Amino acid sequence: MGVPGLDRSPFGRLLEADRPAPEVPFGPQWRHDAPTRVTLQLRRGPEEVSGMESPRVSQPAVIASDDRELQALRVGDEAAFLALVNRHHPAMLRVASMYVPSRSIAEEVVQEAWIGVLKGLHLFEGRSSLKAWIFRIVVNCAKTRGAREVRSTPFSALQTSPGEEEPSVPADRFLGEDDRWPGHWSEPPAPWPDARVESAEMVALVREALETLPEAQRSVMSLRDVDGWEAAEVCELLGISEGNQRVLLHRARSKVRAFLEERMGKGRA
Amino acid sequence: MTLSVPDLSCRELVELVTDYLESTLSSEDRTRFEMHLTYCDSCRTYLRQMRQVIDGAGKLTEESIDPPARDALLAAFRGWKRGSGGEGP
Repeated sequence: MGVPGLDRSPFGRLLEADRPAPEVPFGPQWRHDAPTRVTLQLRRGPEEVSGMESPRVSQPAVIASDDRELQALRVGDEAAFLALVNRHHPAMLRVASMYVPSRSIAEEVVQEAWIGVLKGLHLFEGRSSLKAWIFRIVVNCAKTRGAREVRSTPFSALQTSPGEEEPSVPADRFLGEDDRWPGHWSEPPAPWPDARVESAEMVALVREALETLPEAQRSVMSLRDVDGWEAAEVCELLGISEGNQRVLLHRARSKVRAFLEERMGKGRA
Repeated sequence: MTLSVPDLSCRELVELVTDYLESTLSSEDRTRFEMHLTYCDSCRTYLRQMRQVIDGAGKLTEESIDPPARDALLAAFRGWKRGSGGEGP
């Protein structure tokens, strides 16, 4: 199928009719995914085994705006499509990066996922949110690509590892058991100056801190605090429990705070 | 998580901050948490810093898709429109 300008691009071949469809979550080939999904589904009926639709996690308000978006896409509204791409692109890249070894491969995965979204759009029934559906396609594409790239799944990384149970604040910042006030601050945090907190420097420091985090912590904190996802959405996407998610979020935020504290100047002299 | 000691220490509080902000503490623990804050200025500072971290993260603007990738997607979208996909204007 000759689409001018597209044939020469690596993505042109993705629209060829005879190419196997990218990994969209429908059809019998996805039944093998069902066992993984058991851990993350709260309510599952037999109709959900195929992995096409998630349980009803969305509220009516979300579905209404999904409807508008879907309509815009279906009538070929390019601005709507680009807006959708821009809105989700950073998070999609981040999620893809969890499964593949390099940034450039993650970018390819995201492009493939968008093609998958377009190809599967007529099958989307709106029983999950559009976002959840899109991101499931990303995960599926990334996992498939990741398996080919011989990288172990990050699910082990997403489980809280016992060896990593360091406290949020080093123990020496608190008074010991033999003190009159055990467990209270010995070296309390000094408030950060308002001017610095409200500056661009603060945002830059948070960005820098995020990059120092282990992948699972960075993913969870980014999805929650940068992208504003709900806890349940993160759990569903990553296939982790609420408790798991909270632990990762806690460690991430604690580390970021500690990083900032170091840069802002530690505590009272 | 339920604590067996009646009073919260600062070291315990800092481990509960995320549970508190996520509203997943039991009402008992939340009461202890907030009680501790009323008399502990240092922990109020710590909680404020955690909130500042979260707010800072919320302001992070992330890189948008680079132009060649965006153009490729637009081309794909147009191809999809023309093909079996969109319903047309």
